[in-house]
Amino acid sequence: MHSDAIRKLLAEHARLVVDPSRLGDDSDLYEAGLTSLSTVNLMLALEEHFNVELPDRMLGRKTFGSIRALSAAIGELRACT
Amino acid sequence: MNLAARTIEAVPPAPAASPDDFEALLDRVRAIGRDVIAPNAEGVDRDARFPVEAFDALRAAKLLSCYVPRELGGMGLELSQVARLCETLGRYCASTAMIFAMHQIQVACIVHHGLGHPFFRDYAREISSNQRLIASATTELGIGGDTRSSLCAARVVDGYFILEKQAPVVSYGAFADAILVTCRRDEQAAKNDQVLVLVRRDDCTLKQLSAWDTLGFRGTCSPGFELKSIGKAEQIFPVPYGEIHAQTQHPVAHLLWASLWLGLAHDALGRARSAVRAEARKNPGVTPVSAMRVAEADLVLNTFRSLVQATLADYERVLGVGDIEGFSRFDFVLRVNDLKLSASQMVVDIVQRAMLVCGIQGYRNDSKLSLGRHLRDATGAALMVNNDRILGQNATLQVGIREA
Repeated sequence: MHSDAIRKLLAEHARLVVDPSRLGDDSDLYEAGLTSLSTVNLMLALEEHFNVELPDRMLGRKTFGSIRALSAAIGELRACT
Repeated sequence: MNLAARTIEAVPPAPAASPDDFEALLDRVRAIGRDVIAPNAEGVDRDARFPVEAFDALRAAKLLSCYVPRELGGMGLELSQVARLCETLGRYCASTAMIFAMHQIQVACIVHHGLGHPFFRDYAREISSNQRLIASATTELGIGGDTRSSLCAARVVDGYFILEKQAPVVSYGAFADAILVTCRRDEQAAKNDQVLVLVRRDDCTLKQLSAWDTLGFRGTCSPGFELKSIGKAEQIFPVPYGEIHAQTQHPVAHLLWASLWLGLAHDALGRARSAVRAEARKNPGVTPVSAMRVAEADLVLNTFRSLVQATLADYERVLGVGDIEGFSRFDFVLRVNDLKLSASQMVVDIVQRAMLVCGIQGYRNDSKLSLGRHLRDATGAALMVNNDRILGQNATLQVGIREA
């Protein structure tokens, strides 16, 4: 799991209205203030940090909906490289 | 997410009207356009008044419930058929077509996201039986044009909600039977943690905050209002507004608006053809130069029509398979935004080309070929959800997308 690193990136790049350290792994990030536009900044930060590239199929609410979903996506991409 | 999946799948497979039935319906709408809407279009525009005659006729033809499923008393049309109706109405009076389109957008919100719940199911029946007209209040004073943020919040106490909103623009608000209002889920919620509430006109007070004296779309009667309402908590949509916005309100708005702009452009080009024919009659055997201008404008109109149809097909495909994730994907958002940007520019382009063909007869306000109303209405297209806002959103999405 990459939850802690993702929380840190959320704090720096996602402009949430909730402190990411208080979010559970399954909390709805969109309810916490994530927008389709802030996902772009978050995506760029995730790619830089984890050295992966998110394909278009992952650019949607399913991937960005929760810390657990993001962590799983990162895990899947890192396993491929 | 799962809840949304269930409700959007709960949309009954549209028992589509047969093609013959739909052609007959289109003929009926054309007759209403010719006999009722067109004769009043000039007065509606001049006086910035609600097109009462048009909506009496549309109600009599049960068209306000054309997107409501048949088992709930509606016609069960597909969205692409509703779009054809918007286009047809746009040929006679763009204000009338815009009100009709905005109403159908709100109906689509109910049909796509509410039918799994008794209140909204009953309300859909009510739209059919009483031909209810539904408006929306999605922008708010102090927020700007960002419909995905709200300051006001629903306060729910003992099964009832209390809601107050300062809305800078509510199209036909004073003439609607209900208004779909966005607000924060509760007073602690984030700006974009919104819900959508169906507010009955009978349960709210509307204090008009401004006048509606604009360049175009004058008949939509869209001043600002202070809205105060109390109602039952079941009138709050069961899914977050963010999902309703992404899956229905935003894409359907752009699809139906573009369709009526297409109708507006079609009529402008029709007037240009009349001018060309008049010129050709004076000099038989010689094709007037202005016919070349019409031929060029027709190229743009065909591109416009193809774009509307292709984007409608994309939307109906994503809707048809219940692909909730598909609505939030960058490529889908970009396609819908691109439609809005292109359509709002092409409609102005076509009217201007028609103006050149019609010449002074198009420029006059008192001629049969007058294009003043068309031009004024067309320029509004780029402003209702400002193109710069949409282009800015697209720019951000372009940074994120790998291939469109």
